[in-house]
Amino acid sequence: MASASATLQPPVGEEPVNYLNVAYGIKSWLLTTDHKRIAWLYLLTTSFFFVVGGVSASLMRLNLISPQGALVEPDTYNKLFTIHGTVMIFFFLAPAVPTVLGNFLIPLMIGARDVAFPRLNLLSWYIFVAAGTLLLYSVAAGGVDTGWTFYTPLSTSYLNSHVVSAALAVFISGFSSILTGLNFIVTIHKMRAPGLTWFRLPLFIWSMYAASIIFVLAMPVIAITMVLLVLERLFHVGIFDPALGGDPILFEHLFWFFGHPEVYILILPSMGVISELVAAFSRRRVFGYAFVAFSSFSIAIISFIVWGHHMFVSGESLYSGVFFSAMSMVVAVPSAVKVFNWTATLYKGSVSYSAPMLYAIGFIGLFTIGGLTGVFLATLALDQTLHDTYFVIAHFHYVMVGGAIMGYMGGLHYWWPKMTGRMYSDYWARLAALIIFVGFNLTFGPQFILGFEGMPRRYATYPPNFQILNVMSSAGASILAIGYALPLVYLIYSLKYGPAAGPNPWKAKGLEWETPSPPPTHNFERTPVVTEEAYAYGSEHRAVTVSAS
Amino acid sequence: MSEAHATLVAEQFDDVVQQHQAASLGMWVFLATEILFFGGLLASYTIYRFMYLPAFEVGSRHLEVVWGATNTAVLICSSLTMALAVRAAQLGKKKHLISLLVVTLIFGLMFLFIKFAFEWRNEYLDHLAPGINFDFAGPHARHVELFMVFYFVLTGLHALHMIIGVGVLTGLIIMAARNAFSKDRFNAVEIAGLYWHFVDIVWIFLFPLLYLIGGRYS
Repeated sequence: MASASATLQPPVGEEPVNYLNVAYGIKSWLLTTDHKRIAWLYLLTTSFFFVVGGVSASLMRLNLISPQGALVEPDTYNKLFTIHGTVMIFFFLAPAVPTVLGNFLIPLMIGARDVAFPRLNLLSWYIFVAAGTLLLYSVAAGGVDTGWTFYTPLSTSYLNSHVVSAALAVFISGFSSILTGLNFIVTIHKMRAPGLTWFRLPLFIWSMYAASIIFVLAMPVIAITMVLLVLERLFHVGIFDPALGGDPILFEHLFWFFGHPEVYILILPSMGVISELVAAFSRRRVFGYAFVAFSSFSIAIISFIVWGHHMFVSGESLYSGVFFSAMSMVVAVPSAVKVFNWTATLYKGSVSYSAPMLYAIGFIGLFTIGGLTGVFLATLALDQTLHDTYFVIAHFHYVMVGGAIMGYMGGLHYWWPKMTGRMYSDYWARLAALIIFVGFNLTFGPQFILGFEGMPRRYATYPPNFQILNVMSSAGASILAIGYALPLVYLIYSLKYGPAAGPNPWKAKGLEWETPSPPPTHNFERTPVVTEEAYAYGSEHRAVTVSAS
Repeated sequence: MSEAHATLVAEQFDDVVQQHQAASLGMWVFLATEILFFGGLLASYTIYRFMYLPAFEVGSRHLEVVWGATNTAVLICSSLTMALAVRAAQLGKKKHLISLLVVTLIFGLMFLFIKFAFEWRNEYLDHLAPGINFDFAGPHARHVELFMVFYFVLTGLHALHMIIGVGVLTGLIIMAARNAFSKDRFNAVEIAGLYWHFVDIVWIFLFPLLYLIGGRYS
């Protein structure tokens, strides 16, 4: 144990007092304002939604084993992909890294006792749960079959499924995200420890800040769009339905004005995680720190002016198309800056391959494939044939599963000893990372070819000549499922049987490693004072000195 | 609240200054969200106004422009009294604070009363409520309805913000009466003031956009 915990010594024979054992009982969790406990609340709820989204995806892949559809009716298939998309985007990917890792780590990384507005933080969770419950209601009541994009007039005039409750669930979940983003922005601005200047911040903080900006600016747009959609559906007034005097293209504009920044909400936090992992496991300062930090901001800003690339075949004017195509290629530049800098960090570093690093390396490779195929899709002419095919599905999943979830898993493994005080089995963790990598590529690799050969997305059946690749993809999905199930086992096992991790099991730099694991309720015994840059590996003095006050 | 001084600074903050800055910044960020919230609607409105200008002009002429102008004046006055209330709170003048907050509250209620009783009610009686009883005989009926949809959604969303503001003001008055504010502790009044001014400014945009569309007086 580090000396920092010296004054926290408990009565003889007991564990030190930390945020986990300071109070017991359901009330101490449901009414907590401790950011670390709220992170756990989010971990449980988002994991639940991950299972819901995963099961619906598994059923889709099972169905696609046979060209006629092996399992479900086309109507049911429509509901499955809607559940999968809505749950994964709004209830797992968007909240996962920010609300679990972000909530837990932002105050720890900046040397604060909590976020700026702890009660608001808890409120965000309750709003999230309310939204999730409403979504589950719409699924239980018979499902929604609009796709996660809720395109009008399909969603407002033609479908008889539970669109209103699903749209309201998305509306409500937006406020949870807005409040989280607001809390993070204020926390990062106002709660930093003495000496922790902007350019000493860990890059995870920079990327969380950029993602928070998108939360605050993009979520209100989808919220108001969902209100208009619900009004049109309930009152049959023409806002988006051409038969009633509206314009469906306007809905697409509003949806994607939110929708494209949204996908950067999903990836930016994971990029932040990767910066931490690459530095910690190559024992080097991230190469081009300032470039990586500012690339997060460029992504956040440029992401607001690329939405039209979803609408190249929706009757958008050629000039808009050219603009959005060009901007979509521009937004790839800061992403590439990150990838090059991570790779350069590895160069001459002393790289070790613990489980979190395997995820990080997986991220870099898979995200690069996902990003480059995104540039294909941003090309006007190529998008004419690839639009709405499995090529788009493969591209999106390389970024979202190969990128965002890989980053999340890597981060969860990296900070798990900090969150729980226990170490999991490195052998099983590395095995799981490997299985996920193999399963992932087998699932989504063939979908690039399927899409290129013209298989459209969102159909329950397909011509027989696509069967081999579809079966490969489904087989990969089952491997992927095993890969995701394994951590559930060994991480839970580690809670009881894992060896004590100690304050800094990875010998990493950063304020979060300067406090005991699990941290005490107020994170630090004394407010830390920061005297050196982030990732100062190789320097002799510690990142923190304890202030006199 | 007798324990006001014991709880002057929440435990996550180091001092009053940090707490104050955090609260203000939080409100500004929230207002940025609000701008985009109304922004989505206003952008949609603008697009349809370009597409269907004649119909929008017809729709605009059916609004109660005199009452709308009256309400604009009411809101501007309420902004003044709110600004004075914030000043009174900073100076620790309790009586001033309470009376100014009460006047602001009365202005707010006046706005809502006019909106409900003299505007929405009349439009409903004229069969101009889309989706409920819309019945319009002239040309462009569909697009006049579209205008009314945006009119009701925009003013409705604004009124919802006013109702929340009225609730906040009521809370502030009760807190002020219980000595919750002092020269060191006026955060709540200040950020409520920011919110109130924002809702006011939204109306300053809505009034010309909805009531004063070109050609009304030509």
